[in-house]
Amino acid sequence: MTEPSPSAAVVRNETVAGTRAPASAVAAAIERSIAVGAGRAGLNIFVCTDDDDARAHAAAALEQMSDTTPGLLLGVPVALKDNIATLTLPTTCGSRILAGYVSPYEATAVRMLREAGAIPFGKTNMDEFAMGSSTEHSAYGATRHPLAHDRVPGGSSGGSAAAVAAGIVPIALGSETGGSVRQPAAFCGIVGVKPTYGRVSRFGLVAFASSLDQIGVFGATVDDAARGLRAIAGYDWLDSTSAELSVPEYHEAGAGAVQGMVIGRPKEYFPESLDPRIRARCDAALECLRALGAEIRDVSLPHTEMAIPVYYIIAPAEASSNLARFDGVRYGLRLEGDGLRGMYEATRSQGFGAEVTRRILLGTYVLSAGHYDAYYRKAQQVRTLIAADFSRVFASGVDVLFTPTAPTTAFPIGAISDPYDMYMSDIFTVTANLAGVPAMSQPIGRVDGLPVGGQFIASHFDEMKMFTAAYALERTLGAEARA
Amino acid sequence: MTISIDDVRHIATLARLGLSDQRAAEVVGELNTILGHMSALATVNTAGVQEAIGVGARGTPVRSDNGPPLPLARALDAFAPSLRDGFLLVPRLSSHESVDDA
Repeated sequence: MTEPSPSAAVVRNETVAGTRAPASAVAAAIERSIAVGAGRAGLNIFVCTDDDDARAHAAAALEQMSDTTPGLLLGVPVALKDNIATLTLPTTCGSRILAGYVSPYEATAVRMLREAGAIPFGKTNMDEFAMGSSTEHSAYGATRHPLAHDRVPGGSSGGSAAAVAAGIVPIALGSETGGSVRQPAAFCGIVGVKPTYGRVSRFGLVAFASSLDQIGVFGATVDDAARGLRAIAGYDWLDSTSAELSVPEYHEAGAGAVQGMVIGRPKEYFPESLDPRIRARCDAALECLRALGAEIRDVSLPHTEMAIPVYYIIAPAEASSNLARFDGVRYGLRLEGDGLRGMYEATRSQGFGAEVTRRILLGTYVLSAGHYDAYYRKAQQVRTLIAADFSRVFASGVDVLFTPTAPTTAFPIGAISDPYDMYMSDIFTVTANLAGVPAMSQPIGRVDGLPVGGQFIASHFDEMKMFTAAYALERTLGAEARA
Repeated sequence: MTISIDDVRHIATLARLGLSDQRAAEVVGELNTILGHMSALATVNTAGVQEAIGVGARGTPVRSDNGPPLPLARALDAFAPSLRDGFLLVPRLSSHESVDDA
């Protein structure tokens, strides 16, 4: 079998040195895809690949080699979640309603990747419209976990996580609304970053819940993820929520020290019901950080247990509005019915899958007359309290928080059929989206051979602190993180 | 608060979703289960608490929406389901008299 992709830094440096041609990086990714069985009948990682398209991007990267300052990701193949708009590949959000749709716009993040010399490599499978935690709810069928083929890779960005975990690419883009990068990163034993709301332009990311959505980055290592985020972060006029702030060199955060850092351990993320084996891995990681000179401080985020109810009111409410645009009029699927309304209903009923339909109905209900105050308004008030929990803890001198990323390891395909049980998979991740703060997951060991993720959460735009802690923890754990 | 089959039919109409009788009945059970968990929110004292209107991050101020138009990389006819003379075609409202405008 071909070897897994080298790190982004190695690929980039060899490309700059002239010892690795961008075209050969594409060839290696294609060979690795075949070797691991990434296709529809195998792991089902990609919903669309086009070797010629990737080669064309490689040729464009080659032209950048003579630039005075070579791009941060020169010659690095990067996989893209299927809800991030590309001009040369379809963008279908894993949905029948967008089958074959090719966007007339390119996502800003994709443009920035190309400008950094990266090579867009295929669109990855996902839960339909990013609604799910297992990548089972896709019109293209379920993606399989690269390490355990009978299990899910997590979701909703499961295809991107699997592409990195299978060694096809060192970096992939996903999207986060409630943990859709961090949870699959934890399940697959790789690194996943959700940046601060506003840090990365969402222009060209198909909207799910606009007050929560962010493009996120997967990396095989902390450094891969840091370089990926550095390449796509920054102000963009085309996204009105984009932050007009300078972007630090995240990939230099490894030079920072954990000595003296205050790391909060929120008790609500370590409930008595937590799997003791996951707790043990987290405790071992915290002990590493303590040995490196960090102060571990017990803290409380008292409204954490309300995060799932809040999230599953606000996110479907916003989705019911955002997904109203898929009506068969301007683009995507159209099915005929009785008049205009019949066309709407036929198109949407046949175009959306069961989970998307359920969330649209749930969102419509909580926004409808007579129920708005009890559900939506109440959820927005509790969201304020959840965000205030984080503000208070960070204002008290805590630099970063450390928690488990998910309450379980990767579960078997088909094991969770109750929608609310599936929602609980996000219990440790949705809070960061509700508060808009950055967070990341990295491997901290295994249980029964399956990866466990540990999560760092930082204050708004404090990604450097969490990267500093993550680099140090990764260095210290070494091979133990993947054992 | 319990959702009835009539509630489901009402919100399906609002959401422009057609549901079969069987699916509508299933949705009643699913939504009631989910909303049962949401009832925990009622236990939180939110007296005087402002609703969240954003995520509270600095650096994301509201700005005027007056940027230059962004050109499409491909023309409307490359992706519109039905187009004539540059206009999107849709079926007539079923409440209107049916007219063959072909």
